[in-house]
Amino acid sequence: MATTSGTTHPTGPTGEADDPPKPRMTRRQRARLSRGIQYAVLVIVVAVIAFRADWGNLQQAFFNTEVIGRMFPRVLIVALVNTLLYTALAFVFGLLLGIVIALMRLSSVGPYRWLASAYVELFRGLPALLVLFFVAYGIPNAFPGFTLPFLVMVTVGLGLTAAAYMSETIRAGIQAVPRGQVEAARTLGMSPARTMVTIVLPQAFRIVIPPLTNEIILLTKDSSLVYVLGVTAGQVELTKFSRDMLNTTVNSTPLLIGGLLYLCITLPLSQLVRRLEIRHAKAR
Amino acid sequence: MTGTDTRSAAPAISIRGLHKSFGPVEVLKGIDLDVPGEVVCVIGPSGSGKSTLLRCVNLLETPTSGKVFVGRDEMTDPDCDLDRVRRRIGMVFQSFNLFAHLNVLRNLTIAQIKVLRRSRTEAEAIARRTLDRVGLAGRETAFPAQLSGGQQQRVAIARSLAMSPELMLFDEPTSALDPELVGEVLAVMRGLAAEGMTMMVVTHEMAFARDVADRVVFMDGGVVVEQGPPEQVIGDPQQERTRAFLSRVLNPTAVDPAEEVSATPAGAQIGSLHVEPGAVPGH
Repeated sequence: MATTSGTTHPTGPTGEADDPPKPRMTRRQRARLSRGIQYAVLVIVVAVIAFRADWGNLQQAFFNTEVIGRMFPRVLIVALVNTLLYTALAFVFGLLLGIVIALMRLSSVGPYRWLASAYVELFRGLPALLVLFFVAYGIPNAFPGFTLPFLVMVTVGLGLTAAAYMSETIRAGIQAVPRGQVEAARTLGMSPARTMVTIVLPQAFRIVIPPLTNEIILLTKDSSLVYVLGVTAGQVELTKFSRDMLNTTVNSTPLLIGGLLYLCITLPLSQLVRRLEIRHAKAR
Repeated sequence: MTGTDTRSAAPAISIRGLHKSFGPVEVLKGIDLDVPGEVVCVIGPSGSGKSTLLRCVNLLETPTSGKVFVGRDEMTDPDCDLDRVRRRIGMVFQSFNLFAHLNVLRNLTIAQIKVLRRSRTEAEAIARRTLDRVGLAGRETAFPAQLSGGQQQRVAIARSLAMSPELMLFDEPTSALDPELVGEVLAVMRGLAAEGMTMMVVTHEMAFARDVADRVVFMDGGVVVEQGPPEQVIGDPQQERTRAFLSRVLNPTAVDPAEEVSATPAGAQIGSLHVEPGAVPGH
């Protein structure tokens, strides 16, 4: 599409012939300089840390093989298992309650909507720790002589908070299912309840699997709060176990091991979320 | 079957004094319409209320006032068991609305099993027969997203047919399709019409309306302007509004003389192809 009219002075492809005198640096040179400075700062910081740190002392404090030896195998067969168990229980309870609250929030009955909104606002606004305290001490005070089993307290204490977050996620998922799906189902003679169960919820769950997996990650970390319920040696989870080991060994190694084990749970989960999100984006 | 004689007595669809407002906007302003057992095509400009009218037939939209009868059942009666009557009314949407999480076979069987309580074996046999009827035998395991628009719409028709409906509603079934896929869907609908299915079709396909419809209803501004056999409504429209609409639809490239002032070189070319306003092919 080159115009050949009036080609008296040949201009370069970029048409810089009429530009003012060359600046001191081209754009490319400036970008290269800026990148060079950023790398240099990074290298200096790493080098200073590496040279100034007392590596021998650090290894003694954080990677003491003798302490590691004392932690195993209980850190795996008790602490890690309990962390997974508490997370799973709270997740299932929170999910079921979350579905109920999400459906209440979408109900045509006003009081159900108000109750659900109040629940979500309340439990989203309270610290999980406070809710746990309340389940552990408030309920026995309200109903004297009535003590909940430990696992029930864990499930309810962590699950009440999780349900508030999950109900909002599920509600968004339900609302993300196109209206046409409901219309098609109703047209075929399905009742509203049947439509919800067979058509809407299965599609809503596909949408909310990534955010729900994020919720599991949050719950995994929140499971460290159950120590406030008072735990026996068989009930300790990773954080409590690591802290107890920290106290008995006066060494930070248990914190490192405990932290690594949390990452063993959470990193694969966040990787899974990323994959699911990519797949979901492709499916659209 | 006792149902047969009652159906011949009462029209398949009967609409009386139907009004529908969305907030302050009145979309349907008093519709009276009977659909006996035949093919009725509803045409009209966008915003004329024809889709809303269709959606009021099976009460996907609740009319503001007026009555809708399907067979002998009054849909607008608060005591009417809508789910029960809707089983007899198939509906095909502009955007297909196939169940995205189910494969083609499950799309066709789920309502048969859950609503009509057919056994899985029976439902699957019917589903396969119906798929064959719309030319999609062998695609049972495909998911909606893997099908072309035309195929999806044919599955959607099959999904309705699998419920053995007495009548079918079509809401602009080809409007969301690429032009080259329109034909396969219309072919299925022509087949249905030839088999004697009662159909109410909202469409922009004038050729389909002219060839297949027993009756054409022209709507504009929320009222039925004109209705009658296609050779009359499309071939020899009596009302000025119908004539204006048809000339716009049948000569989409023609430019309104009033709009021709801003004549660019390209516009001038179109102007030279200009068909006289009011000239309707087939007249």
